[in-house]
Amino acid sequence: MLDYAALRIIWWLILGALLIGFAITDGFDLGVGAIFRFVGRTDEERRALLESVEPVWEGNQVWFILGGGAVFAAWPLLYAASFSGLYLAMFLVLVAFILRPVGFTFRNKLADPRWRSVWDGALLIGGAVPALLFGVAFGNLFLGLPFHFDALMRPVYTGGFFNLLEPFALLVGLVSLSMLVMHGATYAALKVGEPMSERAAAAGRAAAGLYLVTFIAAGAWLATMEGQRIVSVIHGSAPSNPLAKTVVLARGAWLQNFSTHPGLWVVPIAALLAGLATWVLLRARRPGLGFVASSLAQAATILTAGIGLFPFLMPSSTQPDHGLTVWDASSSARTLTIMLVAVIVFLPIVLAYTAWVFRVLKGRITLEELRRHEGSY
Amino acid sequence: MTDLVVVNLSRLQFALTALYHFLFVPLTLGLSMILVIMESVYVMTGREIWRRMTKFWGLLFGINFAMGVATGITMEFQFGTNWAYYSHYVGDVFGAPLAIEGLMAFFLESTFVGLFFFGWERLSKVGHLLVTALVALGSNLSALWILIANAWMQNPVGAQFNFETMRMELASFSQVLFNPVAQSKFVHTVAAGYVVGSVFVLAISAWYLLRGRNVDLAKRSMAVAASFGLACSLSVVVLGDESGYLASENQKMKIAAIEAEWSTEQAPASFTVFGFPDVAGRTTHAKITVPWMLGLIATRSIDQQVPGILDLVARAHERIASGIEAYRALGVLRRDPTNATERARFDAHRADLGYGLLLLKYTGDPVQATPAQIDRAAWSTVPNVPVLFFAFRAMVALGLYFIALFATAFYLSTRHRFESHRGFLRLAFYSLPLPWIAAELGWIVAEYGRQPWAIDGVLPTFLGASPVPVANVVLSLLGFVVFYSALAVVDVYLMVRTIRRGPDGLGYWPPPAGQPKAAGGKRETVEAVVH
Repeated sequence: MLDYAALRIIWWLILGALLIGFAITDGFDLGVGAIFRFVGRTDEERRALLESVEPVWEGNQVWFILGGGAVFAAWPLLYAASFSGLYLAMFLVLVAFILRPVGFTFRNKLADPRWRSVWDGALLIGGAVPALLFGVAFGNLFLGLPFHFDALMRPVYTGGFFNLLEPFALLVGLVSLSMLVMHGATYAALKVGEPMSERAAAAGRAAAGLYLVTFIAAGAWLATMEGQRIVSVIHGSAPSNPLAKTVVLARGAWLQNFSTHPGLWVVPIAALLAGLATWVLLRARRPGLGFVASSLAQAATILTAGIGLFPFLMPSSTQPDHGLTVWDASSSARTLTIMLVAVIVFLPIVLAYTAWVFRVLKGRITLEELRRHEGSY
Repeated sequence: MTDLVVVNLSRLQFALTALYHFLFVPLTLGLSMILVIMESVYVMTGREIWRRMTKFWGLLFGINFAMGVATGITMEFQFGTNWAYYSHYVGDVFGAPLAIEGLMAFFLESTFVGLFFFGWERLSKVGHLLVTALVALGSNLSALWILIANAWMQNPVGAQFNFETMRMELASFSQVLFNPVAQSKFVHTVAAGYVVGSVFVLAISAWYLLRGRNVDLAKRSMAVAASFGLACSLSVVVLGDESGYLASENQKMKIAAIEAEWSTEQAPASFTVFGFPDVAGRTTHAKITVPWMLGLIATRSIDQQVPGILDLVARAHERIASGIEAYRALGVLRRDPTNATERARFDAHRADLGYGLLLLKYTGDPVQATPAQIDRAAWSTVPNVPVLFFAFRAMVALGLYFIALFATAFYLSTRHRFESHRGFLRLAFYSLPLPWIAAELGWIVAEYGRQPWAIDGVLPTFLGASPVPVANVVLSLLGFVVFYSALAVVDVYLMVRTIRRGPDGLGYWPPPAGQPKAAGGKRETVEAVVH
């Protein structure tokens, strides 16, 4: 059996990998959802854009579902505190996620333009709202959330929904929205025919520009912001008890991991370069490579946030000592081990058949092709 | 203590969203298997009509699948949003099967379901059949893992409370995996899903035959539904008996409530076919009983007793007394984890800690509980007897009805005599809603019958709720009612529309303004609209 502390680090990495998997796969269909209504001007064009993601979005979304399941199984305290604390925000995300399956399935069943507009709206909400809210959630992690635990270890949250909309959190929301729109637009530029492809590339360039600006701004803000640091001795293999540490606030603490290990600066720099490369490659009409660059930007951005917070998972603003960290919010070593085995066995299988499905579906969705297979769905 | 209003609203929300989700899940399970059967026949015989059948029923499957996925996400979210303490308390054990469900099953069905619809022209015949089969496999595996998690709520084996982390922790994963309740629940629930799918196909096919349209397709579909449905309806009832047997091992109180058996009878106990349970009087009026039968079903013996409610409440009294000891020792251990005496006391009473927690509903400090409070807590372990009693009987009656329905259908299909029996076709059509009623009753018996526990004997439901503001829960509950109702209207509308149009798209509904109702020769327009 692996050392408990090592297991916790591995599960922190797995959580990161699932988030990155989610951003790279579901990210592009969320992004397409956010822009298809504007990039596609006629119903046919919109259908082509939607059809570029329709056969795959459902599998993509499982990265998110699995991420939730993994947090439940590996970080139960995080699951309990975050979902109940962010009650109304989670309800909004949920509504958005319910609108997607029904939107995709129901939209094309009737030809009435009003009917289609309604479901287009649903798909737009289903794409843009989660893309924005995930960033807002990350922003709030850096700000700390107002929660503590009672004697029975029940998480008590003392904030409201509108407290989540701090300027910094909204800025991080813009980072994630622009990042996912950039990704979705690059994917659309690759997967659909003209004239949508060119418009998507233009949208992708605009989003890449916004992403670069907001990413740098959020980084600069973070450097001047109050962060948190554990000052008591850390027992990496102790039973999970988030009440046993001492945490202090310190300006710039969220960048401390970078100053302690300067090599880590590679990660945010990679995010910026990848964002820039996406812009350049879209300009050069090379969306295939652009998609690779954009995927790299997703991964590096999420890693940057993770490194900044580490070892915190969910800091508390009202009782910093009760914040959840990698060391004190995990499942037991036994559960982490069993789940690790499950991941090692099944994740490669998932990746293999996902790759196969994408290969079967390769090729652009042109308007001619769309007309040819009318009625199959 | 979390506000009881919040607890009750959270319970109501969970029950409504689970019952709603469970309208779509069984049909997904059943139809996915029926699609595999139909497409296999297509691949083996190469007859085009079987391909059209697969595509047509697949269209209905797709509408239902979307609703199932959409409403399933709600279930995952709710454990965190509304049942935060539950999530913390049992996440170490309960979270694992849920996460593995995502990894092993939900990924599979969701990744391939897109290819089912978009892969007809991109894949070989066998390749497409493989995709359909993987979707069905994914749905069934998904049910397996969800029911392993659910079975652990009914019979929490392989786990132990850890006072250092204040939660249940996994002791043996194989015990959780091979929980006997999980096995019988899986077979029973999945077979029930197949019955839902079979009745669905049978009823809609009967409607086509009554109208004299799409006869070839309807007759073949009916034959598939009849044979598959007959096998499955038999297994639901046979394997339902199996889960009764297990409930008596692990959840004696549930079976006593289902039977409204107040006092323990001499073994072997008789089975109450019908009666009127009287909760206040703690008796059942006008009982019609079959001697020996309950004893045989529940204990598989003629000499073991099936304990009655009164005896089980007395047993709950004892366990609450022991639970108070555990709670007291836990309080000391939280302050002084090295106290060996209290540690020994805690270990001796650890299994009853959940019974001590029941008292938190009546007093802030279980250690100071009065005898009256203990008595109330002991009686709170009795679930709602009349609801369980009648729900169970209605479910069983429906199960027996389905066997008769499918047996008749099977007989008629072997004789190729569907069309001449319009009475039967009408009966089959009007049976459409019944399997859903049976499935929902099954959920009520299993989950309402688990009350007052979230995890049987371990965590009371009221304690599991999130301490969130009442307004939040009211808002989300109203949101669900409005949002889900709207979706239900759209779902039913699209289902009815797709069925009326039929596999060839010739039926036109609703009839376009100024057009005759039967719109033969409208194929082109219809195709464009169906997309």
